[in-house]
Amino acid sequence: MNAIETEKLGKEYRIGFWRKRICVLSQLDLTVHEGEVFGYLGPNGAGKTTTLKLLTGLLRPTSGKAKVLGRPPGDVVMQQQVGFLPEQPSFYEYLTGRELLNFYGQLVGLDRPTRREQIEGLARQLRIESALDLQLRKYSKGMLQRLGLAQALLNDPRLVLLDEPMSGLDPIGRWEVRDLLLRLKSEGRTVFFSSHIIPDVEMVCDRVGILVGGRLVAQGPIDDILGAQIASIEVTASQVPPEVMAELGYLLVTQSVPRGERLLLTVKDEAALAELLTRLLDCKATIHAIAPHRESLEEYFIRYVQPRETP
Amino acid sequence: MRVAVIALNTFKEAVRDRILYAILVFALVMLAGSTILVTISVDGEEKIIKDLGLACISIFGLLIATFLGTGLVSKEIEKRTLYTIISKPIHRYQFILGKYLGLVMTLLVNVGVMGLGLIGLAYIWEGTSSVRLLLAVLFIFLELVLVTAIAMLFSAFSSPALSALFTLCLFVAGHLSADLRLFAAQFGGAATKLLAEVLFFLLPNLSRLNLKDQTVHGIAIDGGTMALSVVYAIFYVAALVLAAMAIFQRRDFK
Repeated sequence: MNAIETEKLGKEYRIGFWRKRICVLSQLDLTVHEGEVFGYLGPNGAGKTTTLKLLTGLLRPTSGKAKVLGRPPGDVVMQQQVGFLPEQPSFYEYLTGRELLNFYGQLVGLDRPTRREQIEGLARQLRIESALDLQLRKYSKGMLQRLGLAQALLNDPRLVLLDEPMSGLDPIGRWEVRDLLLRLKSEGRTVFFSSHIIPDVEMVCDRVGILVGGRLVAQGPIDDILGAQIASIEVTASQVPPEVMAELGYLLVTQSVPRGERLLLTVKDEAALAELLTRLLDCKATIHAIAPHRESLEEYFIRYVQPRETP
Repeated sequence: MRVAVIALNTFKEAVRDRILYAILVFALVMLAGSTILVTISVDGEEKIIKDLGLACISIFGLLIATFLGTGLVSKEIEKRTLYTIISKPIHRYQFILGKYLGLVMTLLVNVGVMGLGLIGLAYIWEGTSSVRLLLAVLFIFLELVLVTAIAMLFSAFSSPALSALFTLCLFVAGHLSADLRLFAAQFGGAATKLLAEVLFFLLPNLSRLNLKDQTVHGIAIDGGTMALSVVYAIFYVAALVLAAMAIFQRRDFK
């Protein structure tokens, strides 16, 4: 069974006086396997939060259907096994951290000893122990985010849905969340999280989905999406005579970059590389390194998303 | 069980809200202040205390019911605090019921404190304990329970400000609907009569729950009529809460 499966899932809002239709998500076919970390990427306003709300039952789809752990979203049996962190979570400010977690613990049906154990354990893991007895109105944004993660994990969930879990965190906090995601995976849980911070996704995800303008434009392992295809090849050489350098200009993708004594030359593909190497060897230049450079997710993202966003 | 968790937390929210204390203190001061009027009145001292006291409880109770009631659901949506609750293993109707019961509990405590204050005051002034006064306070509570249900129903689909306005309008209309029907029956044409009848049956008949005049002036109250009023209020509340649940069940939380 897949952890998440959607079939032509779509959501339209009706806004304004004339109830004009706005499509925020259309024809979403998403598959998340059990036990994997799935990164859900997309620019702001692509429909990531809408998807997560559809999966948790906060919104109802206008078309298509979704199954979470084999059950319809919003189903109580499903909710018992799912943890959810909304985007920029907001909690009852008049409660202390401990009271809030205790409240959620009761809602997920934990008995008193289990609640205490879980709250202590998660507070330690997420480093909010010292703030547990403070009222939430005194929490910083990062602390609220950690508390949000704690409440999502209280019920020992099989599937964790996180909306922008790294937002609002400092670099150390982000690093810790990355660690947490990997730990959740090693415990056999499925993690589905949205983000627009690509390096975060690239480091921890088994598979990713890329959402642009309400449509899923790619889905699969990062390697498959980016392809084994090489974006460019960097050659480091030295003792290249200036006149040869001037002739080589047409082969290069970007201008040569001096690195001390050496030069960094970037070419587009293997054919250009072969020609460059021949010329360099001919003039007795020294070649120090040849490094194929694969496209990063970020570069892919910018290349893919930009032309669609700016018509 | 989950309903109780939500209800207790709603109660806790109200208890930790400073505005509630301000209202309560103000109400008690007003109650105590009514004794000043007694000293300058010529006749009927005990009537003034009861009259003003019951009006006071009614008005401040109405304030609490309306303003906490209208925020009950809409504030949760606006502040997005319900995202993490609705996504827990809890049915939406349980959430609504819990929120409602939490506020009813809050009202019970508040009306209770004000009611005890009034009964105590009446006792000091007259030296008689009054079961009838207690009964009048209980009926005010019942009325507020109904108003809270109205407020919550509006708050399930409207903004707090609009909900408060609607609720107060319905409160006034609910007190006047019986009179309106009477007027229409005496002076109106067929169409007016029909309209008044329809309004009378749709609007909450709040004057039914008003025992203030009878209590203050010592008019006998029929037990059967009272029992019927209680049943009426319970059914009306049940219908309102069910409607709020039905609306909430279908709501999208953008």
